[in-house]
Amino acid sequence: MTAPRRKSPYPSWFFVPAAVVYGTLFLLPTVASLWFSLTRWDLFTATYIGLDNFRQFFSEPFLVSSIGKTLIYAGLTSGLKTILGLLLAVLLVSPIIWRGMLRTIVFFPVLVSTVGVGITFTTMMHPTKGIINVLLESLGIDGPGWLTDPSLALFSVVLVDVWKGVGLATVIYMAGLVSISQDYYEASRIDGATRFQQFWRITLPLVWPATVTVVTLSLISGLRFFELIWAMTRGGPGFSSDVVASVIYKQYQAGFYGLATAGNVVLFSLIALLILPLTWWFNTREVEA
Amino acid sequence: MSRAQPPKRWRPIVVGLLTMAGFLLTFVVPFLFIFLQAVKDRRAANKLDFTWPDSWHLWENIVAVVQTRDYILLLAYFNSIVITVGAVTLLVIFASMVGYVLSRRRSRLNGFVMALVLAGLMIPPAVVPTIWVLQGLTLFKTIHGMILIQVAYGLSFSILLYRAFIAGIPRELDEAALIDGAKPWQIFFRVVLPLLRPVTVTNIVVQSIGIFNDFTNPLYYLPGRENVTVQLTLFNFQSQFSTQYNLLFTNILLITIPPLIVFIFFNRQIVAGMTAGAVKG
Repeated sequence: MTAPRRKSPYPSWFFVPAAVVYGTLFLLPTVASLWFSLTRWDLFTATYIGLDNFRQFFSEPFLVSSIGKTLIYAGLTSGLKTILGLLLAVLLVSPIIWRGMLRTIVFFPVLVSTVGVGITFTTMMHPTKGIINVLLESLGIDGPGWLTDPSLALFSVVLVDVWKGVGLATVIYMAGLVSISQDYYEASRIDGATRFQQFWRITLPLVWPATVTVVTLSLISGLRFFELIWAMTRGGPGFSSDVVASVIYKQYQAGFYGLATAGNVVLFSLIALLILPLTWWFNTREVEA
Repeated sequence: MSRAQPPKRWRPIVVGLLTMAGFLLTFVVPFLFIFLQAVKDRRAANKLDFTWPDSWHLWENIVAVVQTRDYILLLAYFNSIVITVGAVTLLVIFASMVGYVLSRRRSRLNGFVMALVLAGLMIPPAVVPTIWVLQGLTLFKTIHGMILIQVAYGLSFSILLYRAFIAGIPRELDEAALIDGAKPWQIFFRVVLPLLRPVTVTNIVVQSIGIFNDFTNPLYYLPGRENVTVQLTLFNFQSQFSTQYNLLFTNILLITIPPLIVFIFFNRQIVAGMTAGAVKG
């Protein structure tokens, strides 16, 4: 404690308004979820049933498989956004015509309603009348049932998610790219480096902070993702595109509050198990670079 | 060297043209599709094809969508605007206060506060327990309850933005005010807060868009017809308009317009807010 505590121009009570709201509506429910996940619960009375909810979660095939699908969904969307975002950013910082307009176009989908995008693409992916399959047909390709084929539905939603989110990855990478000093490129050109070598040895290591941001952000949002799945497939056909977040909503709707809360704890653990080691690994890499 | 010159001069144009062609196909066509569907009549729209309309029905469709279910869209717009304005106002005040003290004062508390801030970015909200808390406070299914939820969920992001920005404002300003005998809250609200205008604008714009577009949280915490928000109208119309694609897409069009307007005016602030941290890590 520093001596003149009362006179500090930066008083602790400045934390209070935020802390009250955050503590009551975010921290308290999060802590309470650990208890309620161990109960049979109707919002009024909670009966302790031990780990039964988790046992049920891990024994029902459609509940367990939602974990795998969540990982696939998050991994694919994050990977695609990272790779495409970097490539688009490299393209959009290079001297090409209409650069400003192109940047605007790629970023705009980030800002529009996710449900609106979901409905639009659901319509465009209609198996027979949708414009995607009509276009494919005119090229002589027999288009698949994007959202009606159980083995494909999840991946179709992944594509739409990437379509909507790649603009954010792109602007984050652009900010990273323009902060790289041009001196490195000039020096390497004098040394006879090729374009590919420059990308691999200069660009990629020096945009590392941007990569960390893009991967972490897109992975967290991918693991929690609900809106697009709900707008496009509601987890279907069958349970083929159910992720943990949509399972939680379905259990909540069905009145299984204890089970829904257990699903929340599973999702929370999943994110913690992935993001914490990843962040740690990212930090060690940064020290080396 | 001289042989490489001519293709190099053309490259920016060729690459730009190719990129534009690709972007038009992938990014512009879906928006054009929304627009085309919204101007067609029911029969033409239900074909779901990508053709120019034979006749224009945009105004008719807008009137029909607005009148649906006793003007529910207007109610939804009203609710969404109240929630957005209320939540963003509180977010700016609360988050700037936290960011200010976090950035200025060195104390053992800071590590703890930062851990909570990062937890807020990472942890998915526990839905049913939150409803339980809201019910206990008689805030469930109320607009002000929804506002406070959006504040709780948005704080982390706003605090990080403010903290980073305040670190770049010279301390001498607060010290000068302190010597003049100003109280801490006077220093903050009269001297520091006005200097935070750029980051406040970024905060307002980014959070407004997020809250206006939010679907999941109103779905959980704000059920009931009189509490409808714009994103939920879309969801409700999806089943109601399953054979009236012209109206469904007119609704999408009407909901996409506010972010479009904000984007036109605040493009730079939005990008600044969303890319914060990309360079420093």
